[in-house]
Order: sequence, then C-alpha cells, then structure tokens
Amino acid sequence: MTDTQELKEKVSWVTDDAMEKLARRHRSERRFKRLGLSAIVIALVMLATLLVSIIGRGYTAFIQTTITLDVTFSEAIIDPKGARDHKTLKAASYRTLIREALRKEFPDVSTRKDLRALFGLISKGAVQEFRDLVISDPDLIGTTSSVELTASDDIDMFSKGYISRNVSEEDRRVKDIEIKWFDQLQSNNAIQTVFNKRFFTGGDSREPEVAGIMGALVGSLYTLLITFIISFPIGLMSAIYLEEFAPKNKITVLIEVNINNLAAVPSIVYGLLGVALFLNVAHMPRSAPLVGGLTLALMTLPTIIIAARASIRAVPDSIRNAALALGASKQQSVFHHVLPLSMPGILTGTIIGLSQALGETAPLLMIGMVAFIVDIPGGVTDPATVLPVQIFLWADSPERAFVEKTSGAIIVLLGFLVFMNAIAVLLRKKFERRW
Amino acid sequence: MLAKDMNTVYNDTKSIISAKDVSVFYGEKRALKSVSLDIPENQITALIGPSGCGKSTFLRCLNRMNDTIENCRVEGNITVDGQDIYAPHVDEVLLRARVGMVFQKANPFPKSIYDNVAYAPRIHGLAKNKDELDDIVLASLEKAGLLDEVKDLLNESGTGLSGGQQQRLCIARALAVQPDIILMDEPCSALDPIATAKVEELIEELRKNYTIIIVTHSMQQAARISQKTAFFHLGEIVEIGETEQLFTSPNDKRTQGYITGRFG
Repeated sequence: MTDTQELKEKVSWVTDDAMEKLARRHRSERRFKRLGLSAIVIALVMLATLLVSIIGRGYTAFIQTTITLDVTFSEAIIDPKGARDHKTLKAASYRTLIREALRKEFPDVSTRKDLRALFGLISKGAVQEFRDLVISDPDLIGTTSSVELTASDDIDMFSKGYISRNVSEEDRRVKDIEIKWFDQLQSNNAIQTVFNKRFFTGGDSREPEVAGIMGALVGSLYTLLITFIISFPIGLMSAIYLEEFAPKNKITVLIEVNINNLAAVPSIVYGLLGVALFLNVAHMPRSAPLVGGLTLALMTLPTIIIAARASIRAVPDSIRNAALALGASKQQSVFHHVLPLSMPGILTGTIIGLSQALGETAPLLMIGMVAFIVDIPGGVTDPATVLPVQIFLWADSPERAFVEKTSGAIIVLLGFLVFMNAIAVLLRKKFERRW
Repeated sequence: MLAKDMNTVYNDTKSIISAKDVSVFYGEKRALKSVSLDIPENQITALIGPSGCGKSTFLRCLNRMNDTIENCRVEGNITVDGQDIYAPHVDEVLLRARVGMVFQKANPFPKSIYDNVAYAPRIHGLAKNKDELDDIVLASLEKAGLLDEVKDLLNESGTGLSGGQQQRLCIARALAVQPDIILMDEPCSALDPIATAKVEELIEELRKNYTIIIVTHSMQQAARISQKTAFFHLGEIVEIGETEQLFTSPNDKRTQGYITGRFG
C-alpha cells in the first residue's frame, strides 16, 4: 500500500517539464499530420500534371481534319467496261479520281512540283476509304457528289495548330503555297474537323492520319485473356493447396520463399524465359498473343498466388472449424466457405496482376510482339502487338502527327486500366460479406 | 483410480463415451496427461478447471478436431458407443456428424439463417427434397428455441443476429445433423447474463435427447446445469464426481481451492 502511495506522489502532471513533454508530443503529432497531408498533395499534383499533359497533348488524336471535295465518279476511270464486279471496282485507280477533283478545285496549279504538293493535301490512306465507299455503293458511279476525304498528316497538324504560320518557310513542313490552298479551302467551308473514328477502328499504319489502335487493343485483349486463363486457375489452386492442404515443412517454406522472390524478378527475364521456352522449345508462333499471354502469365502467377494466399489466410479459423465440426470434409470447408469469403481479395489481386500485365512492354519485346502489324489480329496465334508496345512504337516515330497518337493511345491504355480497376471494385463489392 | 471410483458410482447409467489414458501432445509439449473419463448418456457433463488445464483439448479429442492442428498427437483410447474413434478405419467426417460441436465464439457462416442451418443436411444429403430440408431447418431452429425470433428473418444474414441468438443459431446448426452428442466449448463466455440464461435453459432442454459435454469457466453454470463434473488441473483430471457432491464436498484439496475461488 505504501509503495503505491509513494508512486502516486512522484507523478505530477502539472510541472513545467511535464507540460513541455506534452507540448512536444502534440507538436510531433501535428508535424506528422502535415507531412502526411503534404505527401498526399504532392502525389495528387503529380497525378494531375500527368493527366493534364497527356490529355492536353492527346485529345487531338481523337479528332481528324477532313477536306470535302466535289468528286466526279467517272465511269471511264472506275469501270470502263460497265461490269460492276468486285474485282474491277477493287482494282480501279481511285487516286486519279481524287487528283481530278483537286485539279478541278485548283485549276491554276500547273507545275509538276506544285501538283505533287497539291495531291499531298489528301492522305494516301484516303484512297482506301474512297474505294470502300464506291464498293459499298456502286450506284455512285457516273455521278458527282461531295466527299469528305482525310487530310494528310501535315495538313492535319497545321489545322490543329501544331505547325505555326509564323515560322519561316524553310523550317516549316507546310509550305506557303499549301497554306494558301488550305485557306482557300477553308473559306469554301471545305475544311472540317470530325471525330476520328479510324483511330479506334483501324490497325497501325505508316501514315499517322490513318493509324489506329484497334490492332493493339485487340492484341492486348487476346494477350490478357491468355494470361488470365493460364494464371488465374493455376495461381488459385496453388494458393489453396499451399494455404489449406500443404504440410508446413521445409519444402513448403522453400516454395514460399521462391514465390516471393519470383514476384520481384525483372519482367525482361520472363521475356527471355518466354523466348527460350515457348519459341525455341515449343516452337509457338512468334509475335503471337498466345506466347505473349503465356509469358505474362508466368510473370503474373506470383502476384496472384501471394494475393490469394493472403486473403485465404485472412478468413478466420472459426469458419473452418464451424464447417469441419459439422462433418464437412476439408475440401468442402474450403470450397463452400473459405473460398467464397476470400474471393474479393483474390479477385482484387488477380486484377492488379492483370493490370500489371496489361502495361508490360519489356517481355513482349523479347518474344517479337514489337513488329509493325497493320492487320487486326483475328485469333491468339495471329501476329499482334499490344497497347504499351504500340505506344512505344509510335513514340519512336519521327512524324509530328504521331506525338498526339502516342498520347491518344496512352489515354486509351489508362482508360482500359481504369475500366479493369472499376471491375475489381465492383466484384469486391458484389462478393463482400459482412461478418 | 478416481475413474475407478466413478465407475462404481455410475454403473447404473450407461456411458456413451469412454476415454482411457488419453494424452495429447502439441509438438513436445504434453497438454493432457493420461486422462480417463466416462461420459454418461443423456446427461450434462461439465468440464471445469483453470485456463490452460486441458479441458478444451480433451473436448476436441472427442470429435477429433485436434486432427486439424499441426503437430498435435493423441495417445490413448477413446470409444464412442464402444467404437474406438481413433481406429484407422474410422472416418472423422462421420464421427463429427455424430458428435456435434458448439464453439466459444459464435461462428455462424456469413450466409442466411436458413443456409446456416441447412448447410450440414445438404452436405450429408439428409434431405431428399426442399420440403424435407425446410422441415429439418425449422425443427432444428425450434429445438434451439430460436424459431419464434427468426421465423420471418430466415433469409437474413446469420451474422446480423445478437450474440446470444448467434450462439443458439450455432446450436441449431449442430442439431440439424441430428447428432447424439454435443460438445460445447464455453458456449456462454461471450454472452451477457440474459443470453446466458437462455442458452443454459436450452442446454437443459436438450439433455432429454442428447448427451452434452460442456466446458465452462463459470462454476455456477456447471453447478446449475450439469449432472456430472470433472475438474481438470495442469493436464490431469483431479476429481470426477456428481456435480452436487463435487461442489459441496470435494475430495481433493485442489478442487476445493478452485471452487472456492482461491486459485484459477
């Protein structure tokens, strides 16, 4: 009793020393709060800078300058025999038609050099569009109607203001005479900016104004599909076995350590493994989403296993005991109770792993998915590229117009990621149960 | 030798469980030391003793829940209805269907009340169709004294009930397998006195049809509801006796010390 009495007398809460200590504690707490807040603010500012710069640079990729011309669909040029069959229509020289239309619009252009510049106003890819238009509607032949034609990348850049009039002519890609024609067309209301549908529906191209991301998008989808099909079941089964069934001994500890290490292996190493295993040993097709997906699956597996194990471990033992005590077998207790309860965490981990795989470039470069591929892949064994590799390729291209395409593709990739994360949140909400 | 004494006292009631020289090891540590105990049929047997004395370990031997613990080894002989439950041909899944268990912390599945009770009949195939399953669920809830409170909430989550209701739901869930024996591991330790009273009332009610073994920290509870009490201390059974006799005139000094609150 006396001991506690003495102890009580020793403690005084109102001495200067104690007050100073208390004040110091509060100061430290406030400092920590301010630091935390500033960390968040810095992160947000960086995110905002990133988004503003990408969107500011990339939104023009979604619009496209067109030039409307009165084109005479001359029967003599398209189909002199009047056969109207597919082969003839396909082989006709539509370029001549466009050139005739341009000549008619600007009758005073005569020199060879100027004519070449004049024909250069219209994209080379416009010929393709034009052909598709005639093939889909052969009745146009013999008539004259105004057609919207995609402008070339230089005109497009000029129209969007990326090429300044104030620069001296030698340093400018668009020459004075082209600007004169452009102004003339604009005063005739022939210049329009429209939504760039081709950017979302077309494959890659050497011509920036007709290059699209559909090929890369489909390639990414196929690749992710393969990654998911391979890595999710294998990862889930491994996690369940290791967490619920495997005996805890040296071998399982070794396996666990190795899985954790694999999660930290640089992705390019997986690319090399992919080359060695899938291309050189298994002789799978190069540049194919199948191989890309398998390689990325190797990379994603550790992430999925670790996430799944963590969320399986988070299910309280009382649930397992409850099931076992009712006479459920181990497997029943896992599949009826533990797995449904850990599903939100497993799915979140899986989608994080897949998001990583979606943004991965290095291992895909190793297995040849960096090729220039115009066609939109029709299956997992067709040559393809993926969104981040497409961004990489475009960022490497010299044409000014690819700058906005690059940012545009980044916006699409980010949109894809946001979409996947939204799915993760929705799934978590759907499967989450209250205790 | 205490067990022998017990046999002379209890030879008029049939014992449904008989444990002989049961020892349990967690790795190197010996948690139970040659415990022998006979459990009479259709009675409530209380296991009391200070924390860490092995009473829960003993309880978990009876439905082989110790099997799920890594490094746990059980020695000795336990028979239920004369059958050795640790014999190699015995399937613990069937054993656990016969010997139900209720845990210290109510652990309903995070599913509807109906699904909680229907789970075991479903996995054991006890009901041929939906109507039979409904009957089993309702009868089990009725027996657990919960039906009146939840009959309009059958599709609500079992975790939304109050603590006492959850514990009775767990009892109903155990009853749905139609076991002969129910093990209860401190079923009231997390409940308030009113909920405890309800659960105790239920336990006494269940005695008519089931053999109940209850581990409890509350001596009053043991005294109130049990017919037979075993006092565990440091992994051994110190004393077994009729509850009334054990609480009024214990043979052993340690028992006396524990029930009068001098240690434990």
